[in-house]
Amino acid sequence: MEIAIPKPVERENYLNKEYGVWSWLLTTDHKRIALLYLISITFFFFIGGFFALLIRLELLTPAGDLVQADTYNKLFTQHGMVMIFFFLIPSIPAVLGNFLVPMMIGAKDLAFPRINLLSWYLYIIGGVMMLHCMLIGGVDTGWTFYAPFSTNFTNSNFIEAGLAIFVAGFSSILTGLNFVVTIHRMRAPGLTWSRLPLFIWAHYATSIIQLLGTPVIAVTIVLVAAERGLHLGIFDPKLGGDPLLFQHLFWFYSHPAVYIMILPAMGVVTEIIACFSRKRIFGYSFVAFSSIAIAVFGFLVWAHHMFVAGMSVYAALVFSFLSYAVALPSAIKVFNWTATLYKGSIHYDAPMLYAFGFLGLFTIGGLTGLFLAALGIDVHVTDTYFVVAHFHYIMVGGAVMGYLGGMHFWWPKISGRLYPEGWARLAALIVFIGFNLTFFPQFLLGYLGMPRRYYDYSHMPEFQVLNVLSTAGATVLGVGYLLPMVYFLWSMRYGKPASDNPWNAAGLEWKTASPPPTFNFDEEPIVTWEAYNYEELDAPHKQEVPVAR
Amino acid sequence: MPDSTAVGLHHEEQHHPELLHHFADPQQQRDASSLGMWVFLATEIMFFGGLFCAYLIYRRWYFGDFAAASKSIDMALGATNTAVLICSSLTVVLAVWAAQTARRTLLLASLAITMLLGLTFLGIKGVEYKQKFDEHHVPGASFSFDHEEIPGHPGQYANPAHAQIFFSLYFVMTGLHALHMIIGLGIFLWLFLAAWRGRFTPEYNTPIEIGGLYWHFVDIVWIYLFPLLYLIDRHA
Repeated sequence: MEIAIPKPVERENYLNKEYGVWSWLLTTDHKRIALLYLISITFFFFIGGFFALLIRLELLTPAGDLVQADTYNKLFTQHGMVMIFFFLIPSIPAVLGNFLVPMMIGAKDLAFPRINLLSWYLYIIGGVMMLHCMLIGGVDTGWTFYAPFSTNFTNSNFIEAGLAIFVAGFSSILTGLNFVVTIHRMRAPGLTWSRLPLFIWAHYATSIIQLLGTPVIAVTIVLVAAERGLHLGIFDPKLGGDPLLFQHLFWFYSHPAVYIMILPAMGVVTEIIACFSRKRIFGYSFVAFSSIAIAVFGFLVWAHHMFVAGMSVYAALVFSFLSYAVALPSAIKVFNWTATLYKGSIHYDAPMLYAFGFLGLFTIGGLTGLFLAALGIDVHVTDTYFVVAHFHYIMVGGAVMGYLGGMHFWWPKISGRLYPEGWARLAALIVFIGFNLTFFPQFLLGYLGMPRRYYDYSHMPEFQVLNVLSTAGATVLGVGYLLPMVYFLWSMRYGKPASDNPWNAAGLEWKTASPPPTFNFDEEPIVTWEAYNYEELDAPHKQEVPVAR
Repeated sequence: MPDSTAVGLHHEEQHHPELLHHFADPQQQRDASSLGMWVFLATEIMFFGGLFCAYLIYRRWYFGDFAAASKSIDMALGATNTAVLICSSLTVVLAVWAAQTARRTLLLASLAITMLLGLTFLGIKGVEYKQKFDEHHVPGASFSFDHEEIPGHPGQYANPAHAQIFFSLYFVMTGLHALHMIIGLGIFLWLFLAAWRGRFTPEYNTPIEIGGLYWHFVDIVWIYLFPLLYLIDRHA
């Protein structure tokens, strides 16, 4: 690396190599595609957030006054579809994963750069279809679009929404395919599987789920659309078809999809915790294989969404047991992260604050998941706000916290600028407080019996206090989400230039320039060290790790 | 790790024109492409897997009705199509071999015959669909399947509702298979044009190989579709 004299001219990097709209829209550089994804998923995040805001406003008062039942149904449907298929699923993999997977393994790009660009275009096509669908009236099936309501009864435009999800699913498959092949075939010399950053293991496990799960929801959508549009009969009870079959096919993807959303966040948090406690991650191979175990077990638990749907009690028992089993690898991760913190020299920078938030909130989300896996309690709290709260603790408290933590951690590498640390810590705090204020009351509401998907609870006005708290929290949370967007944008112009490795972090992505050159490394790296060699990095006699020869 | 290609990283002097910038050498590029296609085929197995799962459940529940409905589709045409596809798999293998051994005429001929066989398959499939349409076996308002005996149970008639589920699955499964055939024809047309321009050599023929993998996969799907849809309880 060069000496730290103020740079006379900016080095050539992936951002300033070419200018102009077409240099972005036709790029095959994984880093530029990551930024295209960043812009698009942020857009959809705020659309989904807007629907969430309207939902919370409606529930401020017990009466159904702000919107009517039909509109409310569309609000929670579109909130779910947008947030799940157009924000959470692509969030970490398509932005941070796209940017970092090749860099972390010392490759010049993903294995299939043009397919990577294609996946972004498919995402955009799906997104435009979803937007169009919303503009011409929206869908009211719930994001789960259960048959026969979606096939035979709803008057809303389900086919277009379904096809939007189908196309976006293709984009997700292609991202996963690219990652699997890249991780298998493009690793730098010396970078063996046991030296890979755990971020890579997490993305490998995620990709497996994307590859094996997404095609099943795709064919399910084809069947629903064919039944609705061409009047075929597959799930129609009138013909002897079985709506439960739809639910099985749907959850066969949609439960593992939860792990598509949370596993990458786990990978991000692992990197952050190791860096900010200056330690090798405790139990590397356990953390690595727990990701694979989650991917495998994740495929065997889907029917716990159907305990009250009329499934046989024996099947329910088996799925209940298996759902407990999937808690094991998740617990292994939590324990190993905690053990990594033990006696670490902990730094409370913004990314670490998000990682702490993740640890606590994911644990609450995971443990309440066990309530739901238990048959007896599940019957009590099914379809209540308890489920909503559990789900959001994993998805917002887990996945979004991980995403924001990762954005802060790698922002200097992505943009070449430092974000304002004080503001970032404040935002992390606001997000944490706002989140808990929004969703903790929902656990109580659900346990007391407030059903989800109701726009009017005027016959149970005692629920209003908790609902007001939740709505107030959502407002705080909204501020917490707007802040990073503002100061990230600000820092792109006014932020202090970042050094190549501002956190003094391990990992190949920190051994190249910030922002990196188009082909990532000036010299092909050769890896001779284990992942997370923080003891070595912090050893007083060394200023720099022996890099790449 | 057999795939970490530490040796031969900087071979600019013998840089093959088809070698993309981000690969270290042609071997890595070929391995990546071929792994990519295998992974894609795994997603295809899951895609058709959902359909096969639905089909098998209903077939078990409504076996007699499915057998009756199955009897109404033309086994001879289905069997012909099976033969056509198996022959096309042979010509695909010939094309790969021809590309590897620089036999240009054989390569072009094999690709052309493959496409011809693919079109034959789709043509026969079209004839079958026409028959179903004429017999009012297409699900929907004009569907009728009355007084069709269940094979092996004289005097017992199939439930038209259940038969409608059979035909729904029949059209979705064979339809999606046909769509894959059409995509395959597009791929092979592209391969043919590239081969015509002389792009493939013994050193570089990965597109033929992975295009061939795709074609074989689509054939194999049919190998499962044919007995499942056409040959239920034929002995009765």
